[in-house]
Amino acid sequence: MLADKACARVLYVDLSRKTYWVKERPDLFEKYLGGTGVAVKLLREEMNLSADPLGPGNVVVFAVGAFTAAYPTASKTVAMFKSPHTGNLGESHAGGRSAVAIKMAGFGAIVIKGESDIPVYLSIHDGKVFFRDASALWGVRSTYTVGRVLRERESWPGLRTIMRIGRAGERLIKYAGVVTETYRHFGRLGLGAVWGSKKLKALVVGGRRAIPVADPRKYREVYDKIYDKVVKSDSMKKYHDLGTPVNIIPLNKIGALPTRNLTSARFEGAENISGEAIAETMLARRVACSHCPVACIHIAAIREEYPHEKYFYTTKYVSYDYEPLYALGTMLGVSDREGVLRLIEEVDVEGLDAMSTGVALAWATEAFQRGIITERETIVKPSWGDWRTYIQMVKYIVEQPNEFYRKLGEGTQEAAKTYGGVEFAMTFGKNEMPGYHAGPATHLGYVIGARHSHLDNAGYSYDQKLIGKEYPPPEKVIDDLMKEEAWRQILSSLVVCFFARKVYTPELVAEGLEALGIKIDAEGLKKLGWEIYAEKYRLKLDMGFDLEKDLKLPKRIFETPSPHGKISEEFMQKALDHFRKRIKELTGK
Amino acid sequence: MITLSAQAVKAEVKPKRLVVVNPDLCVGCMSCMFACARRFPNGGLAKAAIHVRSVGGFERGFTVIVCRACPNPPCAKVCPTGALTPRKGGGVTLNPSKCIGCGMCREACPFGAIQWDTELNKPVICVHCGYCVNYCPHGVLSLEEVRW
Repeated sequence: MLADKACARVLYVDLSRKTYWVKERPDLFEKYLGGTGVAVKLLREEMNLSADPLGPGNVVVFAVGAFTAAYPTASKTVAMFKSPHTGNLGESHAGGRSAVAIKMAGFGAIVIKGESDIPVYLSIHDGKVFFRDASALWGVRSTYTVGRVLRERESWPGLRTIMRIGRAGERLIKYAGVVTETYRHFGRLGLGAVWGSKKLKALVVGGRRAIPVADPRKYREVYDKIYDKVVKSDSMKKYHDLGTPVNIIPLNKIGALPTRNLTSARFEGAENISGEAIAETMLARRVACSHCPVACIHIAAIREEYPHEKYFYTTKYVSYDYEPLYALGTMLGVSDREGVLRLIEEVDVEGLDAMSTGVALAWATEAFQRGIITERETIVKPSWGDWRTYIQMVKYIVEQPNEFYRKLGEGTQEAAKTYGGVEFAMTFGKNEMPGYHAGPATHLGYVIGARHSHLDNAGYSYDQKLIGKEYPPPEKVIDDLMKEEAWRQILSSLVVCFFARKVYTPELVAEGLEALGIKIDAEGLKKLGWEIYAEKYRLKLDMGFDLEKDLKLPKRIFETPSPHGKISEEFMQKALDHFRKRIKELTGK
Repeated sequence: MITLSAQAVKAEVKPKRLVVVNPDLCVGCMSCMFACARRFPNGGLAKAAIHVRSVGGFERGFTVIVCRACPNPPCAKVCPTGALTPRKGGGVTLNPSKCIGCGMCREACPFGAIQWDTELNKPVICVHCGYCVNYCPHGVLSLEEVRW
């Protein structure tokens, strides 16, 4: 039994009636540990699965886990909702202060239902929910400003999270995200639009409390074991040093770096926007998520002259990671270091998902070059590398000056369906692709992923490890990806950052749980991972995910060679057939 | 061979205090806060005597707030029940059974260095043990001999 009873408290907020209530749910938290496992269950309990993702029937669940505020690097919050972008299950994770703040406020999960008639933001602390008028914050141009305002107004500095949407979310752009602590994001799958439809501008959660443990001596012993592995071993070195952009040069070298809408997998400007180059010339500060000594958040500084005054300067700060550098850099052919950072900043200001935005612009650029669309649609002239024009286009996506940008705001797939160019619309299940073209497993990983992210099952890492070796048969690839996916359900239930996945072995997780009062061994955990995976896929299928229609691969991935050569369609079809069979067995559906 | 009496050895041990060497190096990971709370020995942050927060946004860095072991501590001066008494080497010790949780100490400290245990409604007082120092990966904190 969990020694910390409060971690099983679920806060329910009804925006329509401006009311809230709390339920104790030890049944869920003791069995599923928190995070993904609990969120899947809560969503199923609370939501009519056929609800309109942008209507009052959609439900947003935020869940933290058994390890949150107990062990280092357990710093992520899981958000689960129906995605307006795919029409299916949406799951997005973010760090910052969010996870520890929710746990310290005395909750294991927050369920947000209904929709408000006026813009509101929620302030959650001291066991209460305060509904605050956000009319004045609605329409504010920058998510940075909203953060500043709430920072001044609300309580619990240092121990709170300030999640907010930008204009993109307000205007229901289907791939609008939720920004937390300015530099972290629930980026993918349109959580920002869901908030916008509910007129929820921001969520501030804070507090402070003790997490009682079952075995204090064991707890400190396991803590030190984990802490030492995180800080001293090599397992997290890559995130510790250059952060995720460390990937740019190696991926370019092996020809796995999607460039100019994946017309190429090598980018001649890679060196210029590499993790090394940015760190050496512009890195201004390193910042950590709560309870993570790694501090992988990299913030770059741009020195900026005043527009009309000489010798007046200011400094802009932009956080950068691999995925935004891929989507708004290589994918758009932008090699100007400052340019790509300014583009990332604009995407942050508006509150869009960097990956979907970059891929949508890449499609638009290629479509423009091919003459499928003209300036009548795009207003400006997109061309690879021209980041100034892309900044303008980002604004247009949000401002929606014409029918074309309205379509582009619905996603790459929707725009391509209307204007043409589906074969080079780089989407998987309507969601824009992550930044790897490392081989068959990479793309299989995207399309079968339980939350449509490159971090689902790390197919890209699987491919990289296989370079120079014999490639396994399709069935084995699927089996391996699914096995990894199952284990990651445990990590995202605890909720541990996937970057620390090598630290948290099944044995160590079992030890950590024991100190907190949950007895389950490594084998039991693996089994539970499969169970959560099955529950999640059942939920997906019940929301309408179609194993025949929705497992589609964009043509372009077969044209541009990967480090494993040209990807064979036959191989991929065999793999997907095997996946369909395995999912049917797993879910019993 | 020189032998020292137990008394003499004790006299050699100078009191120490926790020092924030360079808050500009802080990345805001909060490991020190969790370490402090773990002494009690819980997870979470209820009993953390050290506090880290940004100076108005992550990009501007962090401030690390902890008792600086004043030789003449104002918090002890305002305590109406004598629960806080000056400690050798600076700072104070708390006698929780005398403390009524009035919060005067918190008001009196110009650094805002007295944290509050909302569960017990009593101050959380740094005892300058230096446990947190072991968990700062960036050398922000150190335990040093008191020089004043």
